[in-house]
Formats: sequence, structure tokens, C-alpha cells
Amino acid sequence: MGFIGDSIGSLKSINVRQALEQAITLGMIVSSALILWKFLMCVTGSESPVVVVLSESMEPAFQRGDILFLRMGEDPIRAGEIVVFNIDRREIPIVHRVIKVHQRNDTSDIDILTKGDNNPTNDRGLYAPGQQWLQRQHIMGRAVGFLPYVGYITIVMTEKPIIKYVLISALGFLALTSKD
Amino acid sequence: MHSFGYRANALLTFSLTILALMCAMASLSDNLNSPSPTASVKVLNINRFQKKSTGDDEVGITLDISADLQSLFTWNTKQVFVFLAAEYSTPKNILNQVSLWDGIIPAQDGAKFSIKTKNKYRFIDQGSNLRGRDFNLTLHWHVMPKTGKMFADKLVLPGFRLPESYR
Repeated sequence: MGFIGDSIGSLKSINVRQALEQAITLGMIVSSALILWKFLMCVTGSESPVVVVLSESMEPAFQRGDILFLRMGEDPIRAGEIVVFNIDRREIPIVHRVIKVHQRNDTSDIDILTKGDNNPTNDRGLYAPGQQWLQRQHIMGRAVGFLPYVGYITIVMTEKPIIKYVLISALGFLALTSKD
Repeated sequence: MHSFGYRANALLTFSLTILALMCAMASLSDNLNSPSPTASVKVLNINRFQKKSTGDDEVGITLDISADLQSLFTWNTKQVFVFLAAEYSTPKNILNQVSLWDGIIPAQDGAKFSIKTKNKYRFIDQGSNLRGRDFNLTLHWHVMPKTGKMFADKLVLPGFRLPESYR
């Protein structure tokens, strides 16, 4: 009983000064996470430097819950690269491979066609109605690195929000009751 | 100081640090491998060559692709994605890359192969520029690690030319 008893005891003995200290510690944690994210955005040049794979369309390369590290970079996009792209009026970005590239002579505008490794056909069916090609502005980044399984926790939390609330309240409780 | 929570936290932090370190080392060890893949591609036949109703040229071809990509595999390799692209430039486009065939190689045993195949994806130009066009066939590979950095490289096979007239 020691652990829980101590925790409740320390919750009872809370005073204003201590509460303020705890609030500042929490604020520090949140802001350092934010700083890290913004720093990664600057370094990678991608608006979303880390994404979690949500679909099975790139199996067996990427499974649900795998994490991808993205980079934008100045180099033009080439066939074979795995890009993350946004389609107008589609909320969730898609991670697929480039199978066709046409780069203009004069303006260096670029037309891109993508396909999921595990899908039988190309992505024209996923694009906006009438859209034949992706352009540079649709691309959020290209995948450069890979970490398996780690993202699964976010999938669990989006699909079962109750787990998210339990986790947040447990962490908050621990942060409030910790003495050091 | 030495409460249950404190010890659990220390244990978790330590094991996660070790795991992260091992992932980083596995990924870094890929750099020690210097692969020497070989490939050759032959165009066996132009099956079809015409202008579509949209005004774009389309080609149907039969290819003979053989390659030895076994040296790309290391202990941290999950799969190798290999594809063959036709690459050419036209007055309108400085670069066109059209993937004709691709394959996923899950293990080293399958990395030495030789196949005869028709183009898996349609070979369609943007416009009508393919008559008498010189093009390269480029074998690209993307090495997918079990964890860490992905690698990609290619082998350019130049010197192919499409016929002067539709058939």
C-alpha cells in the first residue's frame, strides 16, 4: 500500500508554492516537446517531420503503426521515392511511392503519379475528382528513415479515446504527486 | 528516493535508451556494406505503338530483365524494392520517368533473377513525342531496413530507341 498511500498523502499536503512549482514543471515538459517538434520542422524542411503509417497500402514495407521520418529538401522528386502527400478535401495524408515523373523544361514544374506497393492500381482514384497528377505543393515530404511499431500507441489512442484519457490522468496524477 | 515508482521509471528509461542505441547501431552498420549489383535489360519486342485518342503516345513492350542484387542485403535489410523505369527527355519535358515494371524482393535468395515480362504499368508519354525517341532504361532499387535509414541507388542502361513510326 506504500506507494498509493504516499501519493495520496502528498496530494493532501499540497500547498500553493508546491502547486506552482508543479505547474511550472508541467509547462516546461510541454514547451520542450513543442520546441523539439518545431526544431525538427526547421531541420527537415517538412511541415510534419514524423508520421505514423495508418494503412496497409505499402505492405510489406510499412505496416500500420510504423513511424516514418520525413525530409523535404530542395532536390526534385524522382520516381521510386516514397512521398507523403495531401489531397484537397482529404483529411489524412497518404504515404505512397512515386511511379511516374514528368518535369517541365521551362518552369521545372513537376507532374507526379503515385501508387501504393500493395495496391493493384495507381492512385488516380484517390486523387480529387478529375485530378490526374500531383504537383509539388501536394507533397509534404519524402520518407528517409523508418522505425517499426513505435507509432502503434497513437493508433490505439485515436481509436480508443478512453485509453488516452486514462493515460493522461495517470501521468497528471504522477506529475502532481511526485516530490522531486 | 528508492520507491517502487522511481525504480520502475529508471528501469524503463534505461531499457528504452539501450533499445534506441541498438537501433541506431544497426542502421549505422548498413554503411559498412559496399554493394556491387549488376543488371542487364533487353527490349525483346515492341508489341504496340500508337497515339491514344487523348493525343498521348503509348508503347507496349516486352522486356528481358536480369539482375544480381544479392550484395544489397545486410542483416538489417527487410526488403529491396526494385523497379525499371524508362527515362527520356522531350521538347516539353526535361525529364520523364515512367516506371514499367517493379518487384519486391523479401530475401537474399530471390535477389538474383531473370524474367521476361510485358510492361506492368502503361508506358504513356505526356504528348506525342515518342517516335524515334532515344531513352534509357534505369534499374532503381530502394533498400528498406528493418530499422533506420533507407538507401536507394540505380544503374543506368543507355542506348535504347523507339521506332520511327506507329505500328
